[in-house]
Amino acid sequence: MNKQTEDCLDLESLGKILASRENIESADLSPILQEIQLSYGYLPKEILLELNRRTGIPSSQIYGVATFYEQFHLEPHGKHTVRCCRGTACHVKGGRGIIQAVQRVLGIDEGETTDDMQFTFETVACLGTCFLAPVIMIDNDYYGNMTSGKVKGLLERYK
Amino acid sequence: MTNRTDIQLTINGKQVSGTNGQTILALAQEHGIDIPNLCNDPRLIPSGSCRLCVVEVDGQKAPVTACTFQIAPGMVVHTDTEEILALRKTILELLFSEHRGVCTTCDENGNCLLQKYGYEYQIDDTAFALPESNDPIENYTTGNEAMVYNSDKCIRCGRCIRICQEVQMDSALTFKERAAQVEVSTAFDMPLNDTTCELCGQCISTCPTGALYERSAKGRGQCKDFKRTRTTCGYCGVGCQIDLNVNSKNEIVRVTSPVGVIPNDGNLCVKGRFGMDFVGSDKRLTAPLIKRNGKFEKASWDEALDTIAKKLGEIKATHGPDSIGGLSSAKCTNEENYVFQKMIRTAIGTNNVDHCARLCHASTVAGLARAFGSGAMTNSIDEIRRAGCIFIIGSNTTEAHPVIGLAVKDAVVNNGAKLIVADPRTIDIVRFAELHMAQQPGTDVALINAMMHVILTENLADMEFIKKRCENFEAMEAIVKDFTPEMAEDVTTVSADAIRQAARIYATATSSSIIYSMGITQHTTGTDNVLSLANLAMLTGNVGKESTGVNPLRGQNNVQGACDLGALPNVYPGYQSVEDEKIHEKFEKAWGAKLSNKMGLTVVEMMHAVEEGKLKGLYLMGENPALSDPNLNRTRKSLEDIEFLAVQDIFLTETAEYADVVLPTMCFAEKDGTFTNTERRVQRVRKAIDGPGKSRDDWQIVCDLATRLGFPMKYNNASEILDEIASLSPIYGGISFERINDVGLSWPCPDKNHPGTKYLHKDQFKRGLGKFHPVEFKPPVEKADKTFPFLLSTGRQLYQFHTGTMTRKSPVINQVSPTGYVEIHNEDAERLGIVNGQKVSVATRRGIVTTQARVTTDIGKGWLFMPFHFSEGPANMLTIDALDPIAKIPEYKVCAANICSM
Ligand code: SF4
Ligand code: SF4
Ligand code: SF4
Ligand code: FES
Ligand code: FES
Repeated sequence: MNKQTEDCLDLESLGKILASRENIESADLSPILQEIQLSYGYLPKEILLELNRRTGIPSSQIYGVATFYEQFHLEPHGKHTVRCCRGTACHVKGGRGIIQAVQRVLGIDEGETTDDMQFTFETVACLGTCFLAPVIMIDNDYYGNMTSGKVKGLLERYK
Repeated sequence: MTNRTDIQLTINGKQVSGTNGQTILALAQEHGIDIPNLCNDPRLIPSGSCRLCVVEVDGQKAPVTACTFQIAPGMVVHTDTEEILALRKTILELLFSEHRGVCTTCDENGNCLLQKYGYEYQIDDTAFALPESNDPIENYTTGNEAMVYNSDKCIRCGRCIRICQEVQMDSALTFKERAAQVEVSTAFDMPLNDTTCELCGQCISTCPTGALYERSAKGRGQCKDFKRTRTTCGYCGVGCQIDLNVNSKNEIVRVTSPVGVIPNDGNLCVKGRFGMDFVGSDKRLTAPLIKRNGKFEKASWDEALDTIAKKLGEIKATHGPDSIGGLSSAKCTNEENYVFQKMIRTAIGTNNVDHCARLCHASTVAGLARAFGSGAMTNSIDEIRRAGCIFIIGSNTTEAHPVIGLAVKDAVVNNGAKLIVADPRTIDIVRFAELHMAQQPGTDVALINAMMHVILTENLADMEFIKKRCENFEAMEAIVKDFTPEMAEDVTTVSADAIRQAARIYATATSSSIIYSMGITQHTTGTDNVLSLANLAMLTGNVGKESTGVNPLRGQNNVQGACDLGALPNVYPGYQSVEDEKIHEKFEKAWGAKLSNKMGLTVVEMMHAVEEGKLKGLYLMGENPALSDPNLNRTRKSLEDIEFLAVQDIFLTETAEYADVVLPTMCFAEKDGTFTNTERRVQRVRKAIDGPGKSRDDWQIVCDLATRLGFPMKYNNASEILDEIASLSPIYGGISFERINDVGLSWPCPDKNHPGTKYLHKDQFKRGLGKFHPVEFKPPVEKADKTFPFLLSTGRQLYQFHTGTMTRKSPVINQVSPTGYVEIHNEDAERLGIVNGQKVSVATRRGIVTTQARVTTDIGKGWLFMPFHFSEGPANMLTIDALDPIAKIPEYKVCAANICSM
């Protein structure tokens, strides 16, 4: 697929999202951004600028909402988000090994996304479930008492 | 609209009364009760976010925020109970724990609200947080010449974001991220200049702390040490009130503006806020110059003035007084214009006095005087906010008169006004319009006649108003009766439907206000265009009432005043004709001199008279015809050929280069006087700093010269001159320094007790009955042809002013507007192989210039547009000096041209 048609396709999905709505205002932004993310995988800058052109909603406001909610991503983002904990409790119980295992299995560093767009890997200061340390979180599910050995099998389940 | 019913309530045990819809905070402030507040600005919709303004209201379970809570009858409010004071202290301590800054090194010190309240509430010293490092953190202002944002000092009140959205309506700013990471930014953290930002600086003006600050002001003194002088902005005709903040080195460091003061309510545009660098420029003239052997040499004042007096005296003796002309200045004060025309009329003895209003609004003065009897904006700026319909034609309002642009946006967005824009280009204000008609330039009469045709055939005219207040209606009716919108479509290219729609909107709104500017006046049919607009307003009864009228926006800061004070060849101060015998006598008596009763020459006529050998000497005060006049090659030749040329100015301008003697004068920041803004409001100009070197006040120079020419003139100060003006010019009769100390007065103001006039022609037109004029469409002088297939229009842009002498000294402005350009439509550009930014040459029958192409769809096919501010690609090399037969204004807006890539 050459770049040209890719761009056309891109705008088409946005068109569909907007077509079902009338008189779009700033207040409608979060559901629209959700749909855009669903269809593009993340919130591409070009699409958001186009959203501004088509609706007249200032791009500053679009950006404000897009950065306000944790669920929105302005960079390409995998289908699943894997979060490992860097907190003290997890560290003491071998959290580092878990992080290394995830890096090995997915072949990416922290903050990156796999080429097949399946996984994005992030680390967090504390996942707030220290009693389960070491903890890993995939999308909205927590997995406690992890070992490096369990990482591969766990990730397989999300493919 | 607020309902003005009285509401009685109690604040801190005191009975007070307020109005419906008022907040506790606003009412308290009215009564001098201080409630600390950080996120509040009267220009904004209250957000209630900082919570510092908490007060107790009996019956409310918890404290409420005074800035959002509206008053009600019988309400009992306590603003300073112990609990409230403790709560505020806690809020402040929280803010200080997040605010990482030290007042000792902060520029805002002395002007900062956080600091003020921190002191008042004696915040615990341990609450203060320190910055992690002094290195600037990268953000949306990095590298921007206008401003610096420091998130360490930002208290997240959101005022900057809200003012950008609610007042400036540019929405360039936003909060980004959440919780502790929140900070102000732009969309995608783009550099500010890549966003919709217009560099108005409103965001800086509302920031309560030092988080947003002018970059150029940093490190040049703290706010606590500045001397602030209230004066009137020296750029455009809006006449914004500004405070010049001067440091101990006699430098203007920053420009601030008081909220709540007419006419700009604390708002400014980029020129007023960031365009003051010219004042302290090292290019300023500091000593008189005399040209010897083709080179300027410094001279003493005596030498220079003696030379001028001698030369002018000789010319007058040999060729008569009418061989000398004077060009006064719309940049100078009323007092200076008065003294200048008096000198030309008495000491020289000719009416050859004019100024650049000839080049912008001479057709307004002529047209409106004929139709209504007075050639000025009929209504005031503030009334625009409440108009039902606003019809903008030939005015790029948001760029040429940005602060009036704010009033228009406010009317549309907040008060439901319908906006119609008739302009060949898709100018910025079009995004607020209900209807945009892109007429072919020079076809305005056809457009308006067709609108009137619709109004008449659909019975939308105000026949009662016409019968009672106007005359000559039938003659006008006869002309538009047969001129259908379809015929107009052929001429203007605006669809007949759009014309019909525009006519209906304009005629049926509760009140309709016409705003126009040089797109109407700068044509050979300029006077016709103005007369047409007057017809339209009278036809629908939209004149002589609140929020209606025909409103020419004047370009220069004091072009209204220069006209009012008689810097015109046909009238004495106050539009009193030089040909009227009684008036002539009155001035001869008052001035004690023999005066000429022969009408004098206009600007362009003077230049042409040089060619004919009739004009030998020219005296210029602050004018730059070598860049501003049409057909520059011809103008410059006249300047070169003239026998004697004297110029007084603040810079060695393009024109001054031709002079025999140049005199250094003071700019608006260095002198006292008055300017009259576009709404006829006479406002104070005050000296904030000393002028450079040996520069002197224009009026003092003129008086000295008159004295040397044998006509002694002497005043002790500008105030005395204004008193003399008041005694001779009835419209200024009641105006004095004393009366306009706080707020300016709009003329006519005939006596000391008169409150000034908000809108003209209330029960009667100045001339008695309003006069309709039958006006038929006439095409522009030049048409496109084989050799010159394009039509060229010229105009202004937001960032620059006039010939750029002042604005181009500002780094802020140069960053966003470094050089000239020509706009061309995408398709034309493609056909000619021209790409954006490419070097091109533009040619007309008169000249050729090189500039850069700006490829856009904002301009129609077959058209070119050039701003005229730039000496390196002077648009006026190209313009035509064909004149309007009545007003003698040149046709800057249309001429045939060609363009090619280089
Ligand atoms: S912003 Fe205000 S409180 Fe903060 S350092 Fe500057 S003056 Fe002090
Ligand atoms: S300078 Fe004016 S337009 Fe630019 S961000 Fe500030 S308020 Fe908005
Ligand atoms: S920059 Fe100033 S106005 Fe803007 S949020 Fe921060 S403190 Fe408030
Ligand atoms: S330290 Fe890992 S969950 Fe808290
Ligand atoms: S001023 Fe009222 S909440 Fe900020």
